[in-house]
Amino acid sequence: MNPGSDTTPVREDIIDPRDQLHRFHGGLVLPGHREAVASRPVQAAGIPPRLVLPLKQHIGEAAECLVRPGDRVSKGQMIAAPRGAISMPVHASSSGTVIAVEARPVPHPSGLMAPCIVIETDGRDEWGQASAPLADYREVPVGRLLERIRESGIVGLGGAGFPTQVKLAHRSPDGIDLLVINGVECEPYICCDDRLMRERTGEVLEGVRILQHILKPRHCIIAIEDHMPEAEAAMRAAVGAAAAGNLRVVRVPEIYPTGGERQLIKVLTGREVPSQGFPADIGIICQNVGTAAAVYQAVVHNRPLVSRLVTVTGAGVREPRNLELLLGTSFRHAVETCGGYSSEVDRLLMGGPMMGFAVTTDEVPVIKTTNCILAVTREEMPPSGDLLPCIRCGKCTAVCPADLLPQQLYWHARSGNLDAAQDYNLFDCIECGCCATVCPSHIPLVQYYRHAKAEIWTQEKQKKAADIARRRHEARIARLERVRQERSGRLAERKKSLSGPADQATDAKQAVIQAALERVRKKKEEAGQAPKNMDNLTPEQERLIREIDARRSQKDPPTEH
Amino acid sequence: MLTALLTLGILAALIGLILGYAAIRFRVESDPIVDQIDALLPQTQCGQCTFPGCRPYAEAIAAGEADINQCPPGGESTIQALADLLGRDPKPLNPEHGAHAEKSVAIIHEELCIGCTLCIQACPVDAILGAPKQMHTVIAAECTGCKLCVAPCPVECIDMVPVLQTTGNWIWPLPVVDSLVPGAGKLAGGAHG
Repeated sequence: MNPGSDTTPVREDIIDPRDQLHRFHGGLVLPGHREAVASRPVQAAGIPPRLVLPLKQHIGEAAECLVRPGDRVSKGQMIAAPRGAISMPVHASSSGTVIAVEARPVPHPSGLMAPCIVIETDGRDEWGQASAPLADYREVPVGRLLERIRESGIVGLGGAGFPTQVKLAHRSPDGIDLLVINGVECEPYICCDDRLMRERTGEVLEGVRILQHILKPRHCIIAIEDHMPEAEAAMRAAVGAAAAGNLRVVRVPEIYPTGGERQLIKVLTGREVPSQGFPADIGIICQNVGTAAAVYQAVVHNRPLVSRLVTVTGAGVREPRNLELLLGTSFRHAVETCGGYSSEVDRLLMGGPMMGFAVTTDEVPVIKTTNCILAVTREEMPPSGDLLPCIRCGKCTAVCPADLLPQQLYWHARSGNLDAAQDYNLFDCIECGCCATVCPSHIPLVQYYRHAKAEIWTQEKQKKAADIARRRHEARIARLERVRQERSGRLAERKKSLSGPADQATDAKQAVIQAALERVRKKKEEAGQAPKNMDNLTPEQERLIREIDARRSQKDPPTEH
Repeated sequence: MLTALLTLGILAALIGLILGYAAIRFRVESDPIVDQIDALLPQTQCGQCTFPGCRPYAEAIAAGEADINQCPPGGESTIQALADLLGRDPKPLNPEHGAHAEKSVAIIHEELCIGCTLCIQACPVDAILGAPKQMHTVIAAECTGCKLCVAPCPVECIDMVPVLQTTGNWIWPLPVVDSLVPGAGKLAGGAHG
């Protein structure tokens, strides 16, 4: 059954039917450092006494806190809601009581603190009231499935942490040709995806099915690196057993960074994702195996993302292994579960040796993007040698998997020539660190690129803020001008009505005065006051008045005059 | 002779008509150089340049009535950008107009505010919310940090606080290695040049 073949015209197939692979430019073959760890089964690290859940564990806007200190929370309860389109909720990863909502150290290269929800666990690990699981995801509209994935807080678990439903909703006009399930470990040391595919093959596969159902791709490939034959065998067996149609398992050679989305797509299809574009622009969507398993848990069991597999490794850890850790567990708890630090430990990193960053304290929590906790010794990762001038050897250019010119980027980033750096496609740099690894002058190239990128983003933000300020200022000036004109207009009108000898106005005023006089006169008459026009009367008039008065006095008792 | 004069005369009249029409049809509403200068200014609208806002300052620069080093919020980078745009030599910020400082945001101590609306009238970007005899507050996201609201406040309840560094606005620092190896940076720079 091939859903695409009957409805769309025949076109150049996106993948070679014989799994002919391609090669991306550059890359490095690095020692794996995985064997010992990958052979041990995943261990659950249990419930730590405290969980620290940062409000931002993904790319995009931080979530909005829904709880207050003292609140009881159950496992899986949403404790922070998404704010904006690219934002994800945070769930309590175990039951307990919220004891604080405050800034805590978080795993971030800055070493700064960020707002977190701190939960004191009660050890019961009770799930809250969940809405009913979806009976059969095939019967449910795709929009509802995407909503469920968002509600479950699922982000790309490969390391970048991009909200999954946003990626799934980003469609190309021609539909999706290829869904790539990324089972390629991103860096040396890391092997949590390997263990996941070996131990939870069914979950991964069901997750892939759900993703297939959502995206309706013409092809689907589960890509696995050649250093994990057991995982490959397990996936192949499961896929074969389930008569998977257009779903295939493909083995790719271990060259760093094949785990990168763009590099993996190049290896599988020979196509390149456009500069600053998305894979969906060429009809491809890439999802990590861990993300697929999380989608399965969310859709079928209605379980939000509250834990993940993390490789805790390095010569600085006594018993390195893969752990299933509740989100919010401290790095210290994770390392202690693995027998604690060895005596020679030098540095603690989140992520792998190539792209990871050092954390300043082991109190930082495991977040959604923590794929590896790496405690290294000095011997294992010696500090880079003395920095020397660039000799323009070009080694960095030879290894760059994004086909950039790292040297040029370095000059421009260093001198603050940000426009030129962008002309050299700075934003296509995936920060894989290949260039810095091979640099004979030990130049920390990636840090220059990161600085330049951040500087550009900051400038863009400032520019936007300035534009808003300009608009507000102009609006204010326009408003003040309008108010001034309205006021002067009213003033002019009033002045005109007061001073001008305009006939109409005068007549109207006279009429008002007359009416008022009339009213006064009437009132006085009613009160029986004597009329004032009795001077200089003729004798005839005086006689008449006397007669009338006499008549009146006969009828009524006389009044006071 | 006559034909030539006639031809030239007709041509001149024709071209004159076309030019005259074009001048009306394609008229530029405002001076584009003013817009370009205005786009480089930080839009703080603080008036430290002695002009009532960024646009009047941009107009003054364009008219040659003001120098390019009068904008303290913009600092060196704005002066550099203006110098590049106008083809002039950059010069240091004129201290008469104030010193460059990192951006700050106004905060109203709400328990002290008496609701006089003087700060609302002073704010150039309408970033203060309030009504007579009601407490006022600053919309932090809209505040440009111009400090114009501080002086009018009769109870001194407005403070300027620097914008805090968070994981959201933190930027990767440049490696500090140039200073560690003497001469390294110079050599590298030389190779580039």
